[in-house]
Amino acid sequence: MLRVTNLHKAFNDFKAVDGANLSIQKGQLVAVIGPNGAGKTTLFNLICGQLHPDKGKILFADEDIGKLPPHVICRKGIARSFQIANIFPRLSVFRNVQVSVLSQQRLSNKLFHPAAQLAVDETNHILESVGLLDKKMDLAGSLSHGDKRILEIAIALGNEPELLILDEPTAGMSPDETTTTMALIQRLAAEQGLTILFCEHDMEVVFGVAQSIMVMQQGKTIVQGDPKTVRQNADVQQAYLGDE
Amino acid sequence: MFNTMLRKKSFGISILIFGILLLAPAFLSRFYIYFLAVIFVTALLAMSLNLCVGHGMLFQFHHGVFYGVGAYTAGLLLAKTSLPWWMAFVAGPLAAALAGLLIGMFCIRLNRLYFGMLQISLGSLIWAIAFRWYDLTGGDDGIHGIPIPEFIASTTSSYFFVLIVTGICLFLMFLILKSPFGSTLQAIRDNPERCAAVGIHVRRHQLITIVIATLFGGVAGVLFIIVEGSIFPDLLFWTLSLEIFIMCLLGGWFTFAGPILGAAIIVSLRTFVGTYTEYWTLILGVILILLIFFLPEGIMGYNYRQLFRSRAIESQVE
Repeated sequence: MLRVTNLHKAFNDFKAVDGANLSIQKGQLVAVIGPNGAGKTTLFNLICGQLHPDKGKILFADEDIGKLPPHVICRKGIARSFQIANIFPRLSVFRNVQVSVLSQQRLSNKLFHPAAQLAVDETNHILESVGLLDKKMDLAGSLSHGDKRILEIAIALGNEPELLILDEPTAGMSPDETTTTMALIQRLAAEQGLTILFCEHDMEVVFGVAQSIMVMQQGKTIVQGDPKTVRQNADVQQAYLGDE
Repeated sequence: MFNTMLRKKSFGISILIFGILLLAPAFLSRFYIYFLAVIFVTALLAMSLNLCVGHGMLFQFHHGVFYGVGAYTAGLLLAKTSLPWWMAFVAGPLAAALAGLLIGMFCIRLNRLYFGMLQISLGSLIWAIAFRWYDLTGGDDGIHGIPIPEFIASTTSSYFFVLIVTGICLFLMFLILKSPFGSTLQAIRDNPERCAAVGIHVRRHQLITIVIATLFGGVAGVLFIIVEGSIFPDLLFWTLSLEIFIMCLLGGWFTFAGPILGAAIIVSLRTFVGTYTEYWTLILGVILILLIFFLPEGIMGYNYRQLFRSRAIESQVE
């Protein structure tokens, strides 16, 4: 479904991504791991179009999307969440999600029709599936940190993505919240047949959930494979797991 | 539930105010009728600017230019051609929207403050043309005694015309802001990066907003001629743009009706304090400083926040 080959991106002299490879099959739950500064977020920004690669290819459904702007990539079926809770703080929870549902239904430019009557069922359905329905009239900026992160996933779901990319979905969450969130992600993947790519610091979480793991270090891909293969890989043990 | 109630209540209040204003000429002197008409025109102008500033976070620093372009286009057509009046009235807003589109296309590539700076430069160019092209525009003197169609020539009839057109425009703006377009615009204001990531063409959306806002700005320009019967380069000067920007901030730029209040306050200051002293802007300056310290979201913004706070407590209690 998604194939990234030999991707490079440098900021001035700093090579943030320096030879990344990634392959995702439909329906998989894929994790990217690596120490801080390994280039995980840059890789996600490259895939989603916030940044454009210097070299290398990003193929989504056999089409090179490396040079496309973010809104076009989104329409092709890739939705994402951000590492820092990236929501619309002055809008209600309901309208946060509705914005992306309206965009998905190509209604964003509609004038003179009350938005309050459009895409209501779809939006409520998403809020229900992530468990935010009872807070739908709250101002998004007033939610707890954990709820903001969940809301972010809900916004991404509004685009009905084929591939959902989550940048550290549990960053800053308590252990309890982390467990709930990962369970939510697994449930969404199973229920909606989503393909999910995420990165995560907590090794236990990653090895428990992911079907395929890609390990990055200093912008390079060391290995990608199922959890067992990755755990046994000598380079990974030395570079990453060995530290713990 | 609370929300729908509030909306209905505010709708009722709007109808009531509109009704009172319709009856106003019956018991007000000619001066006050004129004074109210000036407030309506200015309020429409401030409201059109607030589409960009408050709802889109687009720093439209030189919105006055589009007001001026609307007024000049309609005024020149009325004064110098034999075209029917309604064509001039339609041409004004269209010319303003076209200017908005052209200037917007350049500015939209830049962010926030740089957007505003470029707009001041491009807008000043238009002011310079109006100021220097003496043969066409009358230069510094402008054009006075523009022929206004008979049925809206008197103070009272022009008052009704201005009131009704302003009312219609405000209602249209209200619909736009409640539509998916307006909803998306407010989302872009809060977080443009996130909007791009949910598939919204952010720059195009902002450009359409500018065109809509400048169109309404042009309508305000045409209404200005109807009230004053003249055009002059000050309409295009940046100090006017600053004044309407302050109206938005003063009234409450994240609220719908805030700029109307801001316009009413500033026009009143200019009219009443302006008769005692030339330095009425000094008072404006003091108000501005107090505003920044105590009401950073404007007068109505303050009320709105109080409201939200009480609502939050309410839901906690439940």
